Amino acid sequence: MTEKTGSLRHDYLRHDKKFPHVWCPGCGNGIVLGSLIRAIARLGLQKDELVLAAGIGCSGRMPVYVDFNTLHATHGRALTFATGIKLARPALTVIIVMGDGDATAIGGNHFIHAARRNLDLTAIIINNQIYGMTGGQYSPTTPYGSFAATAAWGHIEHAFPIAELAATAGASYVARGTVYHAAMLDDLLAGGIARKGFSVIEVMSNCHTQYGRRNQMNDAITMLRYFKEQAVAVDRAAGMSAAEMAGRFTIGVLADVEKPNFTEEYQKIRDRARQQ
Amino acid sequence: MSEKTGQRLLLQGNEAIVEGALAAGCRFFAGYPITPASEIAELMSLRLPALNGTFIQMEDEIASMGAIIGASLAGVKSLTATSGPGFSLMQENLGFACAAEVPCVVVNVMRAGPSTGLSTSPAQGDVMQARWGTHGDHPIIVLAVSSVSDCFDLTIQAFNLSEKYRVPVIVLSDEIVAHTRETVILPEQAAVTVIDRMRPAVPPEWYIPYEDNSRGVPAMADMGSGYRHHVTGLIHDVRGFPTERPEEVDAFIRRLFRKITNGFPEIQLTKTVMLEDAEIAVIAYGAVTRSALRAVRQARGRGIRAGLLQLITLYPFPRKAVEAVLRQCRRVLVPEMNMGQVIREVKRVNVATEIVRHNRVDGQFITPAEIYAHLLAM
Ligand SMILES: Cc1ncc(C[n+]2csc(CCOP(=O)(O)OP(=O)(O)O)c2C)c(N)n1
Ligand code: SF4
Ligand SMILES: [Mg+2]
Repeated sequence: MTEKTGSLRHDYLRHDKKFPHVWCPGCGNGIVLGSLIRAIARLGLQKDELVLAAGIGCSGRMPVYVDFNTLHATHGRALTFATGIKLARPALTVIIVMGDGDATAIGGNHFIHAARRNLDLTAIIINNQIYGMTGGQYSPTTPYGSFAATAAWGHIEHAFPIAELAATAGASYVARGTVYHAAMLDDLLAGGIARKGFSVIEVMSNCHTQYGRRNQMNDAITMLRYFKEQAVAVDRAAGMSAAEMAGRFTIGVLADVEKPNFTEEYQKIRDRARQQ
Repeated sequence: MSEKTGQRLLLQGNEAIVEGALAAGCRFFAGYPITPASEIAELMSLRLPALNGTFIQMEDEIASMGAIIGASLAGVKSLTATSGPGFSLMQENLGFACAAEVPCVVVNVMRAGPSTGLSTSPAQGDVMQARWGTHGDHPIIVLAVSSVSDCFDLTIQAFNLSEKYRVPVIVLSDEIVAHTRETVILPEQAAVTVIDRMRPAVPPEWYIPYEDNSRGVPAMADMGSGYRHHVTGLIHDVRGFPTERPEEVDAFIRRLFRKITNGFPEIQLTKTVMLEDAEIAVIAYGAVTRSALRAVRQARGRGIRAGLLQLITLYPFPRKAVEAVLRQCRRVLVPEMNMGQVIREVKRVNVATEIVRHNRVDGQFITPAEIYAHLLAM
């Protein structure tokens, strides 16, 4: 696997231009990037037909590293830019990477509407449960009772379950993975990219620098161990009680439905309009 | 394109904007409903599909602005239209378009403000916002329409300038022009001058996306056309990658301004009426130009040597044209449906001429009689 990733690095990354990267050693963002290029290689997609768009945040720095058509948009708005790109050039495979704050705080409205609209986009949300880039302020996914730069006395708000939110809002494909379960993440990303319609892959990821440090998980390993212990596969979770699931989260594919997507529907409108 | 071209038509301003946009090659519209701009979206939703274009109603104006930037990056000429509250929401992404040099056109049909203001009344309160609404140093082009035929012509002009200079262009309309019906003769499509952005003439491996050239406007590759590159709102080097090197940052900001300064002669549009021998003049823009024109004619009828300078381009401010009027005329009147925004720019030109203000902020149109009364007193 490492050998394979090694050659993929040369195939898909701006390896001679943009490295070393800006992320902290051990940051989960790198694992997501590795999974992404493996998933893309598996699907046999060409670099020219790929777009990676992102918002602002540590996660938002990902596009600069891949040798695709890349866009670093404004905070929370990557989905709106991606919507324009996809509608203008439907043949492109458009992938969006966002942080938890990016996607569900400032960009929350765009997120639920993108899911409802069901345009063929793949949204990867790196959920590190914190605002990493700005220094560890709480985000919409910071757990109740945990600590953050702006929750010095403990957090009193409740977290969004991102994947469940996306499924309810109407996304065609919804999955949750973690940076510990990297091989599974490859599958989830490939599944989301392949599915026509709006796909969401929430990735539980470690920001030991800003979140872990304040919550008794000082390093990447401790956080990965935490993901390993708290994650429950969807089918196993089905047989568990609410009490058993308390504080834990499901991983795997949460929704995968085939339904008409925006591009196909709009093409029908064009055809009808031209006949008149 | 339009089956309606080359015809005499009775159109309202908002409809003429749609016709102008389509004639200019616009094939993407994203917007969010708001009075008095909604007709533009409605007509676009009707017209674009048959032209193989795309209309989408987004969840808000922030999203609308993002979507038109995305579509333009992918090579499709794009438009959005809104009014005050929506224009405020567009500002952050508008700045992205300035920084990443993404051509696009934003129509702001001004209504009285601040805030929700008077949603169905005209005003000209957004002039400064059009210029400086987004944060940071940036150049931008702002045009103001005064009639239905302006709506058609200047929307085409807006797209052409936007494409040529890789800069967002704001078209300021107002509730009066938007909803007034006038007869216009739309030219045949073949007679319309359409400018497209310069695309790279070199193969992808030689393409440097933000490379300077004599015009200061880099060639722009459509996203997905084989010219893979990075687009960001961070200050970037010539390859499009973020940089903090002082010399690269400086060169970037200065080029953004230089490309517009280089184009002043063709960007700064004005129109003069009876100015040749004028002793007093009105400097007006937008719908107020209509009242000004009438008042000037009336004054001439009384033997008063009055003239009119219509500012079609508000930004970059047509300083040369204004200066000529200030040097020639004893007194100059600047009527505006705001507390005085363009008058500040006129005063900045700073010739000793007396500059008189006339402001109306009650949601009502400035009438010819009001301007005429000033001319009699000047
Ligand atoms: C409009 C706006 N508000 C605030 C910011 C500052 N800002 C940059 S990144 C960020 C949050 C990042 O958190 P998240 O989206 O979770 O990404 P992460 O850094 O954790 O990957 C904020 C608030 C901004 N860039 N733009
Ligand atoms: S601050 Fe957190 S999210 Fe950002 S690079 Fe460091 S570990 Fe990763
Ligand atoms: Mg985060």
